[in-house]
Amino acid sequence: MTELSKTGAVVDERPGTSEPRAFLDVRDLKVHFPTDDGLVKSVDGLSFQLEKGKTLGVVGESGSGKSVTSLAIMGLHRLGARGRHVRMSGEIWLDGKELVNADPDEVRRLRGREMAMIFQDPLSAMHPYYTIGSQIVEAYRVHNKVSKQVARRRAIELLDRVGIPEPAKRVDAYPHEFSGGMRQRAMIAMALVNNPELLIADEPTTALDVTVQAQILDLIRDLQKEFGSAVVIITHDLGVVAEIADDILVMYGGRCVERGPVDKLFYEPQHPYTWGLLGSMPRIDREQTDRLIPVKGQPPSLINVPSGCAFNPRCPYADVPKGGITRTERPELREVASGHFSACHMAQEERTRIWTEEIAPKL
Amino acid sequence: MTNEPTRTNDPLLKVEGLVKHFPIKKGLLQRQSGAVKAVDGIDFEVRRGETLGVVGESGCGKSTMGRLITRLLEPSGGRIEFDGTDITHLSTGGMRPLRRDIQMIFQDPYGSLNPRHTIGSIVSAPFRLQGVEPEGGVKKEVQGLLERVGLSPEHYNRYPHEFSGGQRQRIGIARALALKPRLVVADEPVSALDVSIQAQVVNLMDDLQDELGLTYVIIAHDLSVIRHVSDRIAVMYLGKIVELADRTSLYQAPMHPYTKALMSAVPVPDPRRRGAKSERILLKGDVPSPIAPPSGCRFHTRCWKATEICRAQEPPLLELAPGRRVACHHPENAPDQAPGDPALASAGEAIEVVDATPKTAASPAVPEGPAPKKL
Ligand SMILES: Nc1ncnc2c1ncn2[C@@H]1O[C@H](COP(=O)(O)OP(=O)(O)OP(=O)(O)O)[C@@H](O)[C@H]1O
Ligand SMILES: Nc1ncnc2c1ncn2[C@@H]1O[C@H](COP(=O)(O)OP(=O)(O)OP(=O)(O)O)[C@@H](O)[C@H]1O
Ligand code: SF4
Ligand code: SF4
Ligand SMILES: [Mg+2]
Ligand SMILES: [Mg+2]
Repeated sequence: MTELSKTGAVVDERPGTSEPRAFLDVRDLKVHFPTDDGLVKSVDGLSFQLEKGKTLGVVGESGSGKSVTSLAIMGLHRLGARGRHVRMSGEIWLDGKELVNADPDEVRRLRGREMAMIFQDPLSAMHPYYTIGSQIVEAYRVHNKVSKQVARRRAIELLDRVGIPEPAKRVDAYPHEFSGGMRQRAMIAMALVNNPELLIADEPTTALDVTVQAQILDLIRDLQKEFGSAVVIITHDLGVVAEIADDILVMYGGRCVERGPVDKLFYEPQHPYTWGLLGSMPRIDREQTDRLIPVKGQPPSLINVPSGCAFNPRCPYADVPKGGITRTERPELREVASGHFSACHMAQEERTRIWTEEIAPKL
Repeated sequence: MTNEPTRTNDPLLKVEGLVKHFPIKKGLLQRQSGAVKAVDGIDFEVRRGETLGVVGESGCGKSTMGRLITRLLEPSGGRIEFDGTDITHLSTGGMRPLRRDIQMIFQDPYGSLNPRHTIGSIVSAPFRLQGVEPEGGVKKEVQGLLERVGLSPEHYNRYPHEFSGGQRQRIGIARALALKPRLVVADEPVSALDVSIQAQVVNLMDDLQDELGLTYVIIAHDLSVIRHVSDRIAVMYLGKIVELADRTSLYQAPMHPYTKALMSAVPVPDPRRRGAKSERILLKGDVPSPIAPPSGCRFHTRCWKATEICRAQEPPLLELAPGRRVACHHPENAPDQAPGDPALASAGEAIEVVDATPKTAASPAVPEGPAPKKL
């Protein structure tokens, strides 16, 4: 049986309590981008905790703020890499240090050594004019005083571990000479080169075939075992989270709508959006269906966020009576079982009933 | 199969002996020191109105094959016929009239979108380039397209870097579908999308196929998605097609050992079956290099069934059952093509079979707890 992990067990959601409560403690994080059309509220009040040695799987809508959150933790928004004058608030605690208001140089020192990220888009993260090898060497030498030869050997070793054939030959290739999955693996090698304590992996295996995927997941597990790293894995592949995560966080419209131990999320999910996700996947362990069933409606605008529950316009249960709570009231994350949180106005008995009677039998 | 009787029976796309080698250059003089044999002699056909799925190991040449048949790359050898016309060596100019008919959705959305153009202008580009004026105007048409792939009109004036990964992928899809092409090669079209939008895009592609009779070649790693969308599936390994079959046979009774290993490694979305897959075949051998592929059968260095003949002779892609082509001397679920051949020493060590709680695929192990019956 999956044991209940500690990562989600913190009940206290009050922002502003100044002591960090976990190795990674994100509190009431907001990341907004001003654009010509209005303020894009990409992340709008997100809180979660993660302990060392644990893996948090982040799933959710495309465009719900998963990558923006990761970049915020890595301190990459301030570089102006994405967006003009990003507005950020809230707190991000890593190993006892607060990062949102920290000195950028301090954050830069942490990045690459204590924390590293595997980016969703390998091409955007790698420099087209430098060879794969020289980029890994550079990443290693920034934090380690070693000769080029030593660093090169380390680069080849890592390319080998991520399964690049003939790494000693391919190390001098340019990114465009690698296949999509090879670029992704090269980036994984770059992220792992300094054995980070926090690894954020944004869609680390989407470009990989299932056999290499299994190998990469093993590699991440090894890293975790060897160095006790905390891992955040963002993915659309629910098979991957089922395989590797201790806890799952489900995002929708810049917020967390449900969070809890992986077993609960698959067997007793407590949010209509999570149900929608589980219902729309094609499943290889089931009979073939004719048509997939997406969640109805369009993703929410992040500029004119619906007041109240962001999922309201698409939720089949929006009209279920909520004991006097109005549509314009925003549901907060509430604990429904130990370590399991959901942001929905429906009464818990009602949700459990709907899940068991209406949703689960159809999956 | 979606092959409608009203259509002519000749294939829309016919590929013969297709080859692409990328030279590797070394040193100051840029001397050629070898070549990456990305695609190394493949034959297949794509029927009108069907969806051909393409799967295979990362780096085995899928994207290269896609770029060759859309003629974004110049083949090193072989022949490509589109709708009866030989397009193997057509120049950019010669391809122009066909650009409308043949479109590609790229695997790396970031690399394929011009960062200085707004989404509106990126998706309207095909209309401008081909001089097409849709009813109601380009802008309206483009906004409609954006909406169909799950983007909103508020995205029209934004730039690629302001989008999430999945949104960028949808931009590529909208652009490719803009002119209602006849053949769409989609390289990982839904891998960056959440499962709900994935379902929406898959359904959209399905609808367009019904409405317009589109033909798809879909490259993807997600075998659940591939099973859902494809009529037939080609499995590639190191620049070759090793198996080509209709989806039901392929999933129920794979013939090539590599296909079998691939099928067994699919992660199942069920945390209670973690580490308890009924028989997962882990390939232990190193992934061979396309610079110097193994002799004989290219899979022999990792295959648990490999025998002497596998190292010496390349197995031809043969039709071992109606509509099923396989390149293997000792296929699964089919008669052995070279019985009695002595096994290779490496075969004994090639794989690790992890098995536990062998439940059938359709009924996952459900331990104690108040869990619903099915998930
Ligand atoms: N620089 C920016 N300017 C304006 N909007 C932005 C910017 N960067 C991101 N966004 C918007 O913020 C939202 C969240 O983006 P993010 O990349 O975090 O999504 P995601 O959850 O990672 O999605 P995906 O699964 O598709 O990768 C998106 O709607 C995106 O359009
Ligand atoms: N422009 C190029 N120059 C040199 N080698 C290349 C080039 N493009 C691709 N290759 C090589 O060709 C091989 C096949 O690459 P391709 O991109 O077709 O693989 P793929 O099957 O699409 O893999 P993935 O699933 O990882 O996307 C790889 O070894 C790759 O490194
Ligand atoms: S709060 Fe209402 S609209 Fe939101 S998920 Fe719950 S039932 Fe649906
Ligand atoms: S049995 Fe021989 S021919 Fe068939 S896949 Fe294995 S090595 Fe190749
Ligand atoms: Mg993202
Ligand atoms: Mg590819």
